[in-house]
Amino acid sequence: MAALLAVCAAGYMLWSAKAPWSFLLPYRATKLAALLLVGVALSVATVLFQTVTANRILTPSLMGFDALYVFVLTLLVHMLGATGYAAIPPGLLFAANLGAMAGLGLLLFAGLMRLAGGDMIRLVLSGIVLGLLIRSMTEFLQRLIDPSEFQTVQSMSFARFTQIDPLLLALSATAILAALAAAWSLRTRLDVLSLGDTAATGLGEPPARLRRQALVVICILVAAATALVGPLSSGGFGPSSFFGLIVTAFAHIVTPTHRHAVLIPSAALVGGLVLVGGQFIMERLFALATPLTVVIELIGGAVFLVLLLKRRAA
Amino acid sequence: MIRITDLHHRLGGAPVLNDIDLTIPHGGLTALIGPNGAGKSTLLSLIARLRPIQRGRISVGPHEIGKVADRDLARVLAVMPQSTEVSARLRLAELVGFGRYPWHRGRPGAEDRAQVDRALERFSLTDLRDRFLDEVSGGQKQRAFAAMAYAQDTDYLLLDEPLNNLDIAAARDLMRLMRGLADEDGKTVVVVLHDINYATAFADRLVVMKEGRIAAQGAPSEVVTDTLLAEVFGTTARVAEVEGRPLVIV
Ligand SMILES: Nc1ncnc2c1ncn2[C@@H]1O[C@H](COP(=O)(O)OP(=O)(O)O)[C@@H](O)[C@H]1O
Ligand SMILES: [Mg+2]
Repeated sequence: MAALLAVCAAGYMLWSAKAPWSFLLPYRATKLAALLLVGVALSVATVLFQTVTANRILTPSLMGFDALYVFVLTLLVHMLGATGYAAIPPGLLFAANLGAMAGLGLLLFAGLMRLAGGDMIRLVLSGIVLGLLIRSMTEFLQRLIDPSEFQTVQSMSFARFTQIDPLLLALSATAILAALAAAWSLRTRLDVLSLGDTAATGLGEPPARLRRQALVVICILVAAATALVGPLSSGGFGPSSFFGLIVTAFAHIVTPTHRHAVLIPSAALVGGLVLVGGQFIMERLFALATPLTVVIELIGGAVFLVLLLKRRAA
Repeated sequence: MIRITDLHHRLGGAPVLNDIDLTIPHGGLTALIGPNGAGKSTLLSLIARLRPIQRGRISVGPHEIGKVADRDLARVLAVMPQSTEVSARLRLAELVGFGRYPWHRGRPGAEDRAQVDRALERFSLTDLRDRFLDEVSGGQKQRAFAAMAYAQDTDYLLLDEPLNNLDIAAARDLMRLMRGLADEDGKTVVVVLHDINYATAFADRLVVMKEGRIAAQGAPSEVVTDTLLAEVFGTTARVAEVEGRPLVIV
């Protein structure tokens, strides 16, 4: 799988040059790095999220984590005004965004899981409703901001795969790599959690604390990835709600195990592969203008339905 | 020794345990019996810190529940809960291997693997070690969970209705294994049972619960009487003495 990913990456870098290499290589390298980072971050976040919520059909995006990121951002702009917002050094701004996102995410989703009390259907439904709620609150806030100010802010806030700010890339990469290291360090404890709450407690691994730690890692991964490419919900080209779902479903097929020491790298590889390979095929081979997101959404929707129906039947 | 003092517990606003004072001595097999809803599972899960204690104190050996660190307690007390559903797809050997987690915390060594092999052997699961949990019978599955608790290598072992869904042969096998753990390994075994005859056949001591209180306790022959069946279980079944121990005629 790693080899396949390397081939896709190389293909993406080198296939069909229509511009001087001196321009093309750094341009493509940045884009490739962004694709990889986002793919890996969202995949690993989904693996963690599915263990924390003890089910296979939820993803952080489905539950509105990326919407939460935009909400935090909009709230900041609303409070500070566009000029005040622009005056903050980008590094600080990024850190503040991640911090706020992690705090809010922890609060909302830990509370939500407690309320749902292990009832999967309730968790899914309330999560989707929460996601919608956050999105509409964000929209409401955005309406309160002066439209022209908002536009400048929006263009500053979310880079796209096509125009990635090197500084933002560096910041996101740092955050994502740190969060990935944290996820890796949780791997055996997450294995124990996948046995269920009672068994985990009995083995001396109380779930509540581990869940909180995992949620913080998830929030950082999603926020950093969203910062890099922008969420789907506000017109970004970031992978959709179903991306993580496809990736984990596939990772479970390729590496059928409960062990996170295997699942985390496996999902990371699949995630990178889907994004880089998908983008390579769409962009280079077919020269299609259709964003990859649309295709992912389509396939992911089908996977979601299959998983849901399979669960019902079982 | 497990010492419980002044324990009260409420669930969903209703009192489930009322003023429980109970001492379970070290060693031997103690059976916890009582009608459905008497609070047996709740009591067991409080001892095993699976729920937070609301009022009262519980200590297991020198460790006070709620004060001792979770990972330390996991090396002293193992628990097999009433519902043994696991969503992860595991092989039997992997499941039993989790019993070693409190000792290796994620890095199993040769000693841990040897312990898992011993546990599988003792519970006659060696041939099934590579089967998935959903590929074995109910009895084999229950045995695997018991083997996991055994692999945890603790002084105290708590089991909540381990005989659920077992046929007579599997149930007797499992109870004999528990008996062996008490007699040969010197463990303190506490088992919730719903069949009184299994309790009298295998336990050294019975603790009878009714409506969140301890209704009776002591040796099986002292505790199991016609009066107890009438007052605690609300049934007119008779007790006969067979081979020196009480037998409920159902
Ligand atoms: N989550 C809960 N909320 C409210 N009541 C509960 C809950 N769980 C158990 N109970 C009640 O507590 C009582 C004791 O339950 P339990 O300890 O499971 O009994 P046992 O194991 O002896 O059958 C029962 O009356 C049961 O209805
Ligand atoms: Mg019970």
